[in-house]
Amino acid sequence: MAEYIWLVPLLPLIGFIFIGLNLKRLKGINAGLIASVTVASAFLFSLLLFFTYDNQSGGRTIELFKWIEVHRLSVQFSFLVDHLSILMLLIVTGIGTSIHIYSIGYMKGDGGFNRFFSYMNLFVFFMLILVLGANYLILFIGWEGVGLCSYLLIGFWFKNHAYNDAAKKAFIMNRIGDLGFLLALFFLVREFGSVSYFEVFGKASQLPSGTTVLTLITMLLFTGAIGKSAQIPLFTWLPDAMAGPTPVSALIHAATMVTAGIYMIARSNLLFLLSPVTMATIVAVGLATALVAGSIAIYQQDIKKVLAYSTVSQLGLMFVALGTGTFAAAMFHLTTHAFFKALLFLGAGSVIHALHGEQDIRRMGGLKIKIPFTFLLFLIGTLAISGIPPFAGFFSKDAILLGAFQFGPVTGILTTAAALMTAIYMFRLLFKVFYGIPRFAENASHPVHESPASMTWTMSLLAILSIVGGFFGLPHFLGGSDRFAAYLSPVLATPIEGTRSESINLLSEWMLVIIPLILVIGLVAYSWSRFVKRANERGDALGNGWMVRWVSNKFYLDELYEAMIQKPVMWLSTFLHEKIEIGIIDKLVNQTGTLVVWIGKNIRYIQAGNVGYYLFYMVISIIIILFFNLFK
Amino acid sequence: MLMGYLISVPLIFSLLLFAIKDRTSINGKIALVASLLTLGLALWIARLYLSDPSGFPVFHPDFFHYLGIEFKLSLDGLSLLLLMLTTFLFPLIIYSGVGGEPRRNSFYALMLLMEMALIGVFTTTDILLFYIFWELALIPIFFIAILWGGDNARAITFKFFLYTLVGGLIMLAAIIALYVHTGGSHSFAFADFYRLMRDPRAQIWILSAFFVAFAIKIPIFPFHTWQPDLYQTAPTQGTMLLAGIMLKMGIYGLFRFVLPLCPDTLDRWGFVLIALSVTGIIYASIIAIRQNHLKRLIAYSSLAHVGLISAGLLTRTFYGMEGAMFQMISHGINIVGLFICYEFLVRRTGTGEISSLGGIASNAPVFATFFMIILLGSISLPLTNSFIGEFLLLMGLFQYNPIVAAISGLSIIFGAVYMLRMFQRVMYGPTTEYTIHFKDLNTNEVIVLIPIVVAIIWLGLAPGSLIDIATPAVRYIGSITMQIIDY
Repeated sequence: MAEYIWLVPLLPLIGFIFIGLNLKRLKGINAGLIASVTVASAFLFSLLLFFTYDNQSGGRTIELFKWIEVHRLSVQFSFLVDHLSILMLLIVTGIGTSIHIYSIGYMKGDGGFNRFFSYMNLFVFFMLILVLGANYLILFIGWEGVGLCSYLLIGFWFKNHAYNDAAKKAFIMNRIGDLGFLLALFFLVREFGSVSYFEVFGKASQLPSGTTVLTLITMLLFTGAIGKSAQIPLFTWLPDAMAGPTPVSALIHAATMVTAGIYMIARSNLLFLLSPVTMATIVAVGLATALVAGSIAIYQQDIKKVLAYSTVSQLGLMFVALGTGTFAAAMFHLTTHAFFKALLFLGAGSVIHALHGEQDIRRMGGLKIKIPFTFLLFLIGTLAISGIPPFAGFFSKDAILLGAFQFGPVTGILTTAAALMTAIYMFRLLFKVFYGIPRFAENASHPVHESPASMTWTMSLLAILSIVGGFFGLPHFLGGSDRFAAYLSPVLATPIEGTRSESINLLSEWMLVIIPLILVIGLVAYSWSRFVKRANERGDALGNGWMVRWVSNKFYLDELYEAMIQKPVMWLSTFLHEKIEIGIIDKLVNQTGTLVVWIGKNIRYIQAGNVGYYLFYMVISIIIILFFNLFK
Repeated sequence: MLMGYLISVPLIFSLLLFAIKDRTSINGKIALVASLLTLGLALWIARLYLSDPSGFPVFHPDFFHYLGIEFKLSLDGLSLLLLMLTTFLFPLIIYSGVGGEPRRNSFYALMLLMEMALIGVFTTTDILLFYIFWELALIPIFFIAILWGGDNARAITFKFFLYTLVGGLIMLAAIIALYVHTGGSHSFAFADFYRLMRDPRAQIWILSAFFVAFAIKIPIFPFHTWQPDLYQTAPTQGTMLLAGIMLKMGIYGLFRFVLPLCPDTLDRWGFVLIALSVTGIIYASIIAIRQNHLKRLIAYSSLAHVGLISAGLLTRTFYGMEGAMFQMISHGINIVGLFICYEFLVRRTGTGEISSLGGIASNAPVFATFFMIILLGSISLPLTNSFIGEFLLLMGLFQYNPIVAAISGLSIIFGAVYMLRMFQRVMYGPTTEYTIHFKDLNTNEVIVLIPIVVAIIWLGLAPGSLIDIATPAVRYIGSITMQIIDY
């Protein structure tokens, strides 16, 4: 089975090429069907692989061809099949399939229908390369490739320059991280002579923990992850990326691409475990991002923006899990998050679809009755992400909290706070959209309607996964056997003893479950009273203090970047061009020319054609020559 | 003998075109046939060479023996790659003119003359002959730019001509100095020259002379100010010749002469030259961001790219040299691709001002796709040719000094900034009065772009085909000059 793994990325690639070459010829929804079939076949293959793959041999490297071979560096185009990549395959192709099918309904009638599906297939192709690559350079192909598709899809409706700006911003911010990633690769080549996972990990494991070069490498890799997974300070592109069609937000900017950073670090767990400084940094950055993005989410008025900041915040939590060394928890949350966040985005898409493009939650409300099925699904998603048992998010979040408390009490408490924010912004969103009085204008020609079956059915599948997904990783103290962590255990190293403060006893584990749960329920009750019962008495805003203004304007980070980076670079561009280039360098060149002309102009008087002068010069010259010879 | 045919075919056709009466309907086709014939010959030669590199015959007609100057043409990996680049690009450059402005015979005749001179530059093994071809290549492009150029063509072309002529003369002086100041009898063959002159005190002058000559041609900051003006005013096909092939003469020269002739001086002063190149990368990238004319934007982007090539090459690390070889080829392909897109665009809109354009992607999806792929090549996305080149170059720079690599690496960020900014303004957004009737590409135009796009992806996927040719040459030059850092 595993030796045919190349089929998995090949299928969507074929879909991309076929649709791309027949953009004008494919009629109706055919392009959507073709695209969905290719991804679905890839999913079926992944499922087969999941059931048949036997892990006796650890990971299996499938070499396809030699890619770059220069001097001592040899990079194979090769895929790695192990439990981690199979998990990612299932997520990418599984969620990918459902979102492809959903998009057939969602994008129907759009002028760029075919183009949309060719990009989507291309995205799936690159994402599969990313998770399958057996070395960092193949991963990098996927890494930049998904960035490209993200760019193309964010700016999908390219007539609108605001969308194009968002697309460009995403690509450039990602490129900043990518430079870090590339530099990490150079360090890897220098230190280990290779970029392949096996060789790098094998050689790195012989180095002592905390070696400077390992810290550097992991820090640089983490820089790449910061860009791709939208962490502080490079997270501002993700909310803007919501300019793309909603299925894109669900697939790329929630379930798959943005989790690439998490995957990459989990893949390199061995390197990171040997770099405690980097691990601490990851915790700090992840935690700060989770708190900042969570607080911003509370004040957003755009349904997709709330979800976007929520994604950033959840990614932050995953980074906390990585940094505390609980890689399995990070991957677990990645998986469940893929289910419920995709569900929520598709639900949001269904709402937007129903309201004919409306995204502002101030003009929604009361939709519970109009689109009950969407409401039900959205409710499931909300319960899952808020960590209410027995939905998926509860278990994965619990695993992260456990790791955080083991790392240290302050980390634990702050992580809990970040996790609790989820309940506030999600229930605020749910209540404002589906409860209360309708605040939108409905006219007879465009009635509010439930979405077509292709959309609701795929959402139902995700809803089921959001409900039961958590049981894959049922922890021991709840009577489970944590099959999820066990499945990944051949790939993920366990933290070295001593880096954790103390192991946590059964009582504390229960406390960790119960206390946050009580708080969540309290917060939901508060949101209910605040946004449903007394929604009218206190108006819309949550307050008007400077804090609120800061937070709702995302701490003015975009403005800060513009003032600190964009404006100076623009100024510099003009300055270099006008003052240095034209004003100095070119002037010097031209003046050299002018000087020559000037000399020529003046010297020509010597040859004015007057024989008397010529005789005079001759005599003088002879005298000078004689003079010199005399004294030689 | 094959090498002799190779150089005569473009020459004969060029003379033919000069001789016959002006027929705008067929002169382009004659030139195309000539360039395709040359390409065919070059491919045959390449096959011969690759089957037995050491046994490849030297073309050595008994024209003259004087002062050890000999007419010799031969190949090694470096020459072969540039020969392939030249002969591959010429038919495309000529073909890209189909459907454009009709040209007189002399236009195509000059182009073919240029091809002949370029082949000579890249294949001769005699340094004086190299100089002769070097200057010979300047003449056709001078006339092309001055006769068919746009605004202010005379002044701009003249400046370029004088500038590079001065560079050439300085090089000639260095060649003669090298020849005269070294004892014993020897010829002007490269191999003999490599054995000359190891006196470090003299090397610095030789280095400076050669470097200035090549730096003007490439161009390397701060010798570049002729370039944006000339690229803008020259007819686009001329710009393609300049940017795609002619500037490679300078890099080729660095490779052939500066590296092997001045190793000791490079050990001491190489950092200055690398610093200049790296400054050029950042400088040009930043300026490119705000350029409003497409040709100028591409000109500055090219300046940034070649800055990286020369920086990587001058590190004299294995990866740097190999990357420079690879990137020379990629850069040639990609920049000609960009200029072809420009040509097709201007043909329809009549303007190259970015601010006047917009919304083309909605009218011309095929054009948008080709343009996008070439652009991705130019911002070195993985699986395109220039990713391989930039990766190797940056790795070479990294071995030289990680900080320098990090600074040079900023170009991948800036590259995305200016290229995507340009693409957005030209292709996306609402249409303008210039672009409202933009027609998509016709068959001829698609045929021109397909080889470019195939080459971009092919070299990105299977760089080995090119690297394997380059490696022996890199090892050879390296064995003379190098401080190989071995990891």
